[in-house]
Amino acid sequence: MFHWLEKNPFYFAAAISIVISFAGLIEIVPNFAQSGKPLVGMKPRTVLELAGKNVYMKDNCMACHSQMIRPFKSETDRYGDYSLSGEYAFDRPFLWGSKRTGPDLHRIGNYRTTDWHEAHMLNPPKIVPGSIMPAYDHQFENEADLETAYAEAVTVKNVFHTPYGPAFHRGQEAWDAHKSKVLEDAKKIAADMKDERVKAMIAEGKVPEVVALIAYMNSLK
Amino acid sequence: MQSNAALEYDYSLAKKFTFLTILFGFLGMLVGTLIAAQMAFPELNYLLGEYGTFSRLRPIHTNTVVFGFTVSGIFATWFYLGQRVLKVSMAESKFLMVLGNIQFWLYFIGALLATISLLFGVSSSKEYAQYEWPFDIVVVIIWVLWGVNMMGLIGIRREKALYISVWYYLACFLGIAMLYLFNNMAIPTYFVSGGLGSPLHSVSMYAGTNDALVQWWYGHNAVAFGFTVPIVGMIYYFLPKESGQAIYSYKLSLLSFWGLMFVYLWAGSHHLLWSTVPDWMQTMGSAFSVVLILPSWGSAINMLLTMKGEWNQLTDNPLIKFMVLASTFYMLSTIEGPIQAIRSVNAIAHFTDWIPGHVHDGVLGWVVFMIMASIFHMAPRMFKREIYSKKLMESQFWLQTTAVVLYFTSMWIAGITQGMMWRAVDEYGNLMYSFIDTVTVLHPYYAIRALSGVMYLIGFIMFAYNIYKTMTSGKELTEEPQFRTPMA
Ligand code: HEC
Ligand code: HEM
Repeated sequence: MFHWLEKNPFYFAAAISIVISFAGLIEIVPNFAQSGKPLVGMKPRTVLELAGKNVYMKDNCMACHSQMIRPFKSETDRYGDYSLSGEYAFDRPFLWGSKRTGPDLHRIGNYRTTDWHEAHMLNPPKIVPGSIMPAYDHQFENEADLETAYAEAVTVKNVFHTPYGPAFHRGQEAWDAHKSKVLEDAKKIAADMKDERVKAMIAEGKVPEVVALIAYMNSLK
Repeated sequence: MQSNAALEYDYSLAKKFTFLTILFGFLGMLVGTLIAAQMAFPELNYLLGEYGTFSRLRPIHTNTVVFGFTVSGIFATWFYLGQRVLKVSMAESKFLMVLGNIQFWLYFIGALLATISLLFGVSSSKEYAQYEWPFDIVVVIIWVLWGVNMMGLIGIRREKALYISVWYYLACFLGIAMLYLFNNMAIPTYFVSGGLGSPLHSVSMYAGTNDALVQWWYGHNAVAFGFTVPIVGMIYYFLPKESGQAIYSYKLSLLSFWGLMFVYLWAGSHHLLWSTVPDWMQTMGSAFSVVLILPSWGSAINMLLTMKGEWNQLTDNPLIKFMVLASTFYMLSTIEGPIQAIRSVNAIAHFTDWIPGHVHDGVLGWVVFMIMASIFHMAPRMFKREIYSKKLMESQFWLQTTAVVLYFTSMWIAGITQGMMWRAVDEYGNLMYSFIDTVTVLHPYYAIRALSGVMYLIGFIMFAYNIYKTMTSGKELTEEPQFRTPMA
């Protein structure tokens, strides 16, 4: 049979395709619906938090941080309750990470505050001597892309039925209407911050990346 | 496997992709060395402002070495050996030549644009799948072009039976196509939201735990079909060609090939042990990882036995050294991986530096060594000149071998230290170390790794220089060498 296959490339390719498809079908498909269920009563992220998640992705914090607390005592002592599948049900993409050069952040919102984050993001080794985390000064100057975050909320609502409720319509008008709510949220975060650049931007009705990022980190509980 | 002197093969595409292999290899390893240095000396994060932080550069390193260097190497060797084992010249089909050139330029431009997009932080964030959706589409087009080219060449072949290497290149094409398509399924937000926000942004088709499963089914098997399958395809061709020895066992080749195809894909969930993925999948991932030793070692042993009775070649032909060492490193990392996939070991190893340690004894010792060896073998045949310097090749070999050993030993120690410190408790059961203690303790190992990066990079520059000199001032050859590559 093998000799025959080796002379018939079409069937050879077909045989490879069949052999390599097995695993995915058997391992991934059966639990798909089950693994996709959210925890009861869980709310999707606000637009500001989504924008923060996008800053987290843009600056690729996953390179050094995980968001997956494993069920060991040493981990639950350090980071809090172990992670549950349902907690991630609205995360597109998942941000578990694969390397802990820095600590896990899945419950960072429980034990760090806005002002701590502000000082830390500006200069990690000043707050934690010996830290090798880079400073993210540019996040205090770059404007967060709120509109894209809103577009993301609208997309997941429409395509995946993520429960965003009756608002969150398509198009420019709907976004203009929603924007003031996002700025409200941002002001609350910025009220606990000291940086002049942040204050100036908020006063102009703009949101710096770091504010969105902190909103996101505060929501990780 | 005698060479067919009557046929003139067309190496123009092989040459072009060889240049890209060297270019992307240099860039990717330069960035690798920089990020390694940043972990030891964090001040180096601020060389390029926002664009120079470790976190922005890390995906540039991984994507440039994977999709730049390794994939170019796969294309280069395919456009060289594909013709030779199928006994047909690329020049016989104008269509295939044009297609190949479109593939080359699209690939070159696409790779540059995609790298720039990562520099700006445009990223869908899944490992080795960071490119946003427009670049994914370009990747798919390039891949299909290559597939059509390969099938086309197979279609007009003279040698009816497909040589073992062709099996592996075919599998590489099919495997990556399937994996890449499914994992990168995403919905661009701009279109669904009625034209709001960035047109480049998208959301994954899968969420949370499911997304993780699909990602690591992809991530693990991108390693399989990018770093293992085509590289095994290379060694099946280049080792017998260089040494003049026939493959030791056809049956072992069969067993290893079909075994690898069947087993590899099950093992992806070993990246998700102790996570929220259902338990039975984790168990499958662990179990299949251990089974994977068989087909992996099958190929490697087949290679080593091919050299049976000819071990003297190891001492006087540096090219054989490269290939034998590559098989040995392949054996090392394919025993190391299954060990890390055992649940209790994984509890310590996961999230630590031992994982990059494992990655790099595989890629530096196996993938890069084998691709460089292939290029050394191809160069005199493509450029009709002798290799410029055997001495340089010898020094490069020893420098890089030392570098790999330094890299993986330092990361083994770092990883295990880190894993043990995270879980260490005092007599009352309280954690003994704060997190920062487990960071500062690693400084010396990070410094050693950075040094190993510099050494490896210098070795790669020596390689590039040797190839450049071969092209421009190697002694001209009047006839194509049969087996052993001629070198001055
Ligand atoms: C080079 C690796 C690296 C990168 C990249 C990195 N971090 Fe860190 N991070 C660390 C290290 C190491 C620590 C522990 C020392 C410290 O607190 O500074 C840390 C600590 C933290 C902490 C405090 C956690 C705790 O439990 O005290 C937060 C919050 C944090 N990082 C957020 C981020 C965010 C947000 C990003 C992306 C913008 C990021 N980090 C990128 C390495 C990194
Ligand atoms: C000069 C040589 C190289 C150096 C110094 C180097 C350094 C590094 C560093 C520092 C990291 C990040 C590790 C971390 O986050 O802790 C990394 C990751 C990685 N590198 Fe390299 N690298 C080199 C060559 C290569 C090559 C040639 C390849 C592939 C062909 C490669 C593939 C990878 C991959 C796949 C990762 C991700 C590993 C993971 O997620 O665990 N590297 N490298």
